[in-house]
Amino acid sequence: MTGNDMMRVKMWKPTGLALAAIAATAAVALAVPSAMAQRDPAYAAARAAGQIGEQPDGYLGFASTPTPAIRALVQDLNIKRKAAYTERAQATGSTVEQFAFTSGCNLIANTKPGEKYQAPDGRWLTRGESPPVRNASCP
Amino acid sequence: MVGRSLAVLIGAAAVTGCVQIETPDKPIEINLNINIRQEVVYRLDGDAKKLIEQNSEIF
Repeated sequence: MTGNDMMRVKMWKPTGLALAAIAATAAVALAVPSAMAQRDPAYAAARAAGQIGEQPDGYLGFASTPTPAIRALVQDLNIKRKAAYTERAQATGSTVEQFAFTSGCNLIANTKPGEKYQAPDGRWLTRGESPPVRNASCP
Repeated sequence: MVGRSLAVLIGAAAVTGCVQIETPDKPIEINLNINIRQEVVYRLDGDAKKLIEQNSEIF
């Protein structure tokens, strides 16, 4: 009698864990499409047109005077970037500026030919086929 | 009057001397900061790449 009850208890525990694992997998599967989401079309267009570009500090900047819509778009993206940098900075024991700067090194390296980026001296340059001009501290 | 002016001049010269002694310390501090920064940047590089890949819609 008691042996059967013990068995039941023992049997249920792994089942509960398995259910939790399935639920966790499902949650990840649901989260992945949004995490892999593409750029907003307005952002992609402003980027391709060279109106906005990557700054060495890890944020987006204006290569030319922006329209109010583009200004709002960039502000929104920069707020989201700062939130992401802040979370990763805390997880890695670094400052937001350090994590943002490291990301900026990568984001400038990732620019496609024709896109704008800011050189360490503040000039807005157009990315060509050759490697971009980056801060000496970049890896 | 002349004595006072001289004293003020000497005083000013002494203050300038103090400032000149302090300036060599500053470049040493800046160099240290750059070294720490580069080390940190190399350490964070992998995490930064992952963040950019996983949040492609904001980058």
